Amino acid sequence: MFETKHPYRVQLTETGQLKHFITTEGLPRALLTEILDTADSFVDMGAQQVKKVPLLRGRTVANLFFENSTRTLSTFELAAKRLSADVLNLNIATSSTKKGETLKDTLMTLAAMQSDMFVVRHSDSGAAHFIASEVTPGVAIINAGDGRHAHPTQAMLDMLTIRRHKGDFTKLRIAVVGDVLHSRVARSQLHALRTLGVAEVRVIAPRTLLPRDVESFGVKVYQDLTEGLRDVDVVMTLRLQRERMTSALLPSESEYFKLYGITDDRLAFAHPDAIVMHPGPINRGVEISSAVADGKRSVILDQVTNGIAVRMAVMSMAMGGQQAERQARAAAEEGAGQ
Amino acid sequence: MKLKIAGGRIIDPAQNLDQITDLYIDAGAIIALGEGPDGFIAEETIDASGQIVAPGFIDLCAQLGEPGQTQRGTIASETAAAAAGGVTTLVTPPTTIPVVDTTAVAELIQDRAQDSGFARVLPLGALTKGLEGEQLAPMHALATSGCIGFSNARQPITSSMVLMRALEYAATHDLLVVFQAEDRSLVGNGCMHDGSTATRLGLIGIPAAAETIEVARCLLLAEETGVRVHFGQLSTAGSVKLIEEARLRGLPVTADVSAHQLLLTDEQVDGFDSMFHVSPPFRSVADRDALRNGLVTGTITAICSDHQPQDEIAKEAPFAATEIGISSLETLLPLSLLMVEEGWLELPQLIERLCKNPAEVLGVEAGTLEVGSAADITIFDPELRWSPTADQLRSKGKNTPFKALELKGRVTLTLLGGTPVFRL
Repeated sequence: MFETKHPYRVQLTETGQLKHFITTEGLPRALLTEILDTADSFVDMGAQQVKKVPLLRGRTVANLFFENSTRTLSTFELAAKRLSADVLNLNIATSSTKKGETLKDTLMTLAAMQSDMFVVRHSDSGAAHFIASEVTPGVAIINAGDGRHAHPTQAMLDMLTIRRHKGDFTKLRIAVVGDVLHSRVARSQLHALRTLGVAEVRVIAPRTLLPRDVESFGVKVYQDLTEGLRDVDVVMTLRLQRERMTSALLPSESEYFKLYGITDDRLAFAHPDAIVMHPGPINRGVEISSAVADGKRSVILDQVTNGIAVRMAVMSMAMGGQQAERQARAAAEEGAGQ
Repeated sequence: MKLKIAGGRIIDPAQNLDQITDLYIDAGAIIALGEGPDGFIAEETIDASGQIVAPGFIDLCAQLGEPGQTQRGTIASETAAAAAGGVTTLVTPPTTIPVVDTTAVAELIQDRAQDSGFARVLPLGALTKGLEGEQLAPMHALATSGCIGFSNARQPITSSMVLMRALEYAATHDLLVVFQAEDRSLVGNGCMHDGSTATRLGLIGIPAAAETIEVARCLLLAEETGVRVHFGQLSTAGSVKLIEEARLRGLPVTADVSAHQLLLTDEQVDGFDSMFHVSPPFRSVADRDALRNGLVTGTITAICSDHQPQDEIAKEAPFAATEIGISSLETLLPLSLLMVEEGWLELPQLIERLCKNPAEVLGVEAGTLEVGSAADITIFDPELRWSPTADQLRSKGKNTPFKALELKGRVTLTLLGGTPVFRL
């Protein structure tokens, strides 16, 4: 009786350009590829002495972190600065919301300061979507992580890392290992991997760390790590938060590491050229052994480098989409006025 | 006042009546059907041709907001909404602020309802003091001051011993106990049904077991104590099955379902629209179909509105942070009529589930058009199309996911004790 309103619709202009970046779900392969191609050019630029381009000159980017995260905030800040934007960092977790101000009021206030882009991290799933669809649709929203829902820039930096190391997605077998249940990174990765045409996507975790009907992402589920790692080209480990041990999801860190930790022995089952990824921060000896994290298969530091490039790419693309939409609207109004 | 309702299709399942005829009212009561009494001269004749004349609907669960949360609704505003929805008697849960665990609150609700004069309001009393699940509320005193039954709403009674004692005490005084079954530990921080939509959206799921486990526990203790129990607002196939089995064993158990639960599933939450944030959550297609079947077979005896008005800002936040509920008194009829349109029920069967059956659950003399009964009457046009937009709703709560839809079926006149309380 209702039209389905998929959350990804809100991030595209009528002509299919990116104007917010909320989720990797539902975006066409061509658009994901465009993000990767754009990011690729920024990776090369980052290696040069002058690292700035004027794409966002005169624009104001506000980083709104309702959840603390030094790492992600820094990479977004650096990305915005390399695009020549003016950057405002707001650690909202400790300010206005504690005084009872609603999320909507906070956002309206910041929009009144004439920000052009909000980079938002929030503990509620759907927060970025809510802001983009109902609060400030005219401000480009970049989702820097919402609850368990999505962390699309992390997923895209992972895709970029895979592409730079492995090339063609359609020939790959990829395993995502660990706490999928609580992970917005995993959800964004799975959508992106499927859209980019990865031949086989697996998830490997105990049942307490898998959400219901995880197969609906189009993945194969493994409970056994060695079986799941067999012949994979890429191992994407997920972060396991310490508090999971106290909430009856797992008996202990040592048991988790024994069964699901990525070690050289376990990696022997994967393809000889397999790479190992982790979104950081790493819990050494829990998700992954130090030998693997620091070893030759690890591409963890490449992920960080690529993160800045991917964020530059989506920021410039979303700003372009917003601008195109404003121009289209102005043209339509002018047409209507004649 | 002498009234004649002329030419309507009168449907009254309590007397197995379904015919086009006239109905006569005097001094607040129905005095004749078909032929008027000798010398009857109507002060007003209501032309009901092309319309359905039914007993006023009896709603087993509607929150009013008062006392305590009048930003959501007042007894006056929400009973006016009831009248506009064709509801002449409604049961309101004890979750007011303060809760209905003293006779003063029970009386206040009824006094305000009487002053407003739009609908008969029957409060449920708290099963335990403060709904805290520890000490028994003064059930006998509350029943004496008008509480129609007792419930702990969705507040947990963690101790099965306390629950058993509460049921024994209710049984002692032959009181009805109403459950809105929910195991708090399985609900956790969940905000929607635990299924593939929750998985994709990253919203925390509430497993179906959160309801069925509590239904099972309550049924076992009801059997132990012999108390009369009613389960409100079911959402899962498992609950329907458990209640069906209990009824087959001869337990005095009844159940209802909200109209929106018969229509929607968890897939609607895709898009994070907080208007679909309800408790119990919208569940799977299989659950919804089991509820529909239960309604057909009689395991579920009644349809309620589960009306929960909310103010505007309550729904303006990311999904999980929003308040739950739908303002649904005024859409009860058109949503229920979809069960007829889709072939699940005949129209008289639907009216039975909105009138006679809920009256039987409560043991009240209402829900019929028999001569001599109070003239609580709903007249509706089953073909009239409308949308429940903010300006159309009497309720203070404009929170409905149906506002953009064209619904079919609308109440045109509601009589309460022979007095028009709503005219379209």
